[in-house]
Amino acid sequence: MGNRKIRILIAKPGLDGHDRGVKVVARALRDAGFEVIYTGLHQTPEMIVNSAIQEDVDAIGLSILSGAHNTLFPRILKLLRQRGAPDIVVFAGGIIPEEDVAPLKQAGIAEIFTPGTSLQAIVDWVRQHVSPRGVKA
Amino acid sequence: MVMQAQRPTVPGETLSGIPLKVVYRPEDVAGLDYGRDLGDPGAYPFTRGIHADMYRGRLWTMRQFAGFGTAEDANRRFHYLLQMGQTGLSVAFDMPTLMGYDSDHPRALGEVGREGVAIDSLADMEILLEGIPLDQVTTSMTINAPANVLLAMYVAVADRRGIPRERIGGTTQTDMLKEFIAQKEWIVPPRASMKLIQDMLVFGARELPRWNIISISGYHMREAGATAVQELAFTLADGIAYVQAGIDAGLEVDDFAPRLSFFFDCHVDFFEEIAKFRAARRMWARIMRERFGARNPRSWWLRFHTQTAGVSLTAQQPLNNVARVALQALAAVLGGTQSLHTNSMDETYALPTEEAVTVALRTQQIIAYESGAAAVADPLGGAYFVEALTTEVERQAWEYIRRIDDLGGMVAAVEAGFPQREIAEAAYRYQQQLERQKKVIVGVNAFAQAEERPIEILRIPPEVERRQVERTRQVRARRDQGRVRAALARLQEVAQAGGNTMYAIVDAVKAEATLGEICDVLRRVYGEYREMAVI
Repeated sequence: MGNRKIRILIAKPGLDGHDRGVKVVARALRDAGFEVIYTGLHQTPEMIVNSAIQEDVDAIGLSILSGAHNTLFPRILKLLRQRGAPDIVVFAGGIIPEEDVAPLKQAGIAEIFTPGTSLQAIVDWVRQHVSPRGVKA
Repeated sequence: MVMQAQRPTVPGETLSGIPLKVVYRPEDVAGLDYGRDLGDPGAYPFTRGIHADMYRGRLWTMRQFAGFGTAEDANRRFHYLLQMGQTGLSVAFDMPTLMGYDSDHPRALGEVGREGVAIDSLADMEILLEGIPLDQVTTSMTINAPANVLLAMYVAVADRRGIPRERIGGTTQTDMLKEFIAQKEWIVPPRASMKLIQDMLVFGARELPRWNIISISGYHMREAGATAVQELAFTLADGIAYVQAGIDAGLEVDDFAPRLSFFFDCHVDFFEEIAKFRAARRMWARIMRERFGARNPRSWWLRFHTQTAGVSLTAQQPLNNVARVALQALAAVLGGTQSLHTNSMDETYALPTEEAVTVALRTQQIIAYESGAAAVADPLGGAYFVEALTTEVERQAWEYIRRIDDLGGMVAAVEAGFPQREIAEAAYRYQQQLERQKKVIVGVNAFAQAEERPIEILRIPPEVERRQVERTRQVRARRDQGRVRAALARLQEVAQAGGNTMYAIVDAVKAEATLGEICDVLRRVYGEYREMAVI
């Protein structure tokens, strides 16, 4: 199990159809050697958490550009706790104003990538902060 | 983190990768025939502009896209913009409205009023348009999947105020092919969407002579990562599909083609964008005259609205965005746009504040009245470089259109995921070029600054959602339920029988059926669209 590939669910919560960023990030993570599952658009928090548990992922990457992050991110974290999967690392990116970043991190989002972040920075962060669940980093 | 070490080099190619010479000479335009390929402004093939006197005769419409919160909030912003000298309205709707859900639908959670205004029922539309003279101001509505419902609401407001339908003017975007390709706010599958658009085209031809039923839009494709060539080609290919749909619905091409309009992005590569606009006009004129046999010169005109490129704006050093927007706006004007939206410097974070949107509008006014750019029609016409680039952009776009024709047209190409894949590929390639600094974005991958001063942004208070949900519930409680049920049942019958749904939708709207209820009928009859998610 120790050298199993890291599995990441890349998801777009909410109704916005801006999927340029999410697709580019998903591809970069896949090219970097991670196993990537992309949910597609218009996902509810429930749909995302169900997929994450079914697919037994190690991390969830969320992308949101609609401004609904303060409602939808905490709901996803809460559902993960309720479903007994609080150890899945959740990171996020998109249009998230600076002042929202600290409260979201306090709520349990491990990292937030704002516009202008390089793909390499995201890949490096995942390498450092995500490991197969059940395996000590 | 200061990245001063290497100074980047000037790229020797356009943003979409067309290689550039250092200098262009007469031999670069040797194949060009003035009468055949350019023509004077106002003359076929309209490369140099659709009007002979261009902006001396009529300046472009300054149309800032606005909408947020509830109908009251958006109405206040409209009045503000009209007072500041804006000359047309442009309505941004929130995500639930774009997807055909009412504000109290579970999927609307957290989204109400955020990226635009929430409109659930006729009551909302009446508040949105309060005090706006519908027979004097034209209104553009960025609405696609439920465009039929929003148009019906607009018509219903005009009817209630006693304004004749032939006097109201404006545009609904109604470009579903682009939605499946890029913007991705949909309700029913592509072929059913085309049927609903046909109903609107027929309704428009009969009832609304001043309404532009479809604004064929490249903007969202570009924002999703398309190159200038892809934006041009896919937009015109969508246009071809709509013209064919109108003809298939029994209309004469000249009955509706003059009311088709276009919507393009204006990105930061100054000359490539100007070339794109000039090539677009020439190509559309030929498509309409030669492919569809249109005889009315107005059917040959490619009239277009432009928005500066939202995606080109940076969160870093946001004041730099004012310079980017000014350049893009100038390119749109030199390219001959009929209408322009300039983005506000804060739009990488949120919808614009009043101050930011005012600077954006003033940018247009400075170009119009101070710069001299509006005085001469197609001032860059004849420049060796501009003409050579126009021809090259056009050549590459025709290649795409031929590939789409080979796939069986744009509806089939969309179903096969062809444009979606091409755009995703281009977006990934572009991002990699940024990583390698082959493309430079000032303040992001070059000339970055350690200290960023935060700017003020517009916050949408969470009460907006609660207030909007309340109003929609009140509307549902107070209306004549029998009339609503009958109107929705009638719509379902008409849709199932393949009749024109537009009249039944107008009746349903007048009975105060909500947007969500009307769209539920369409979902029941035609099914919901699900995209095959590919990366």
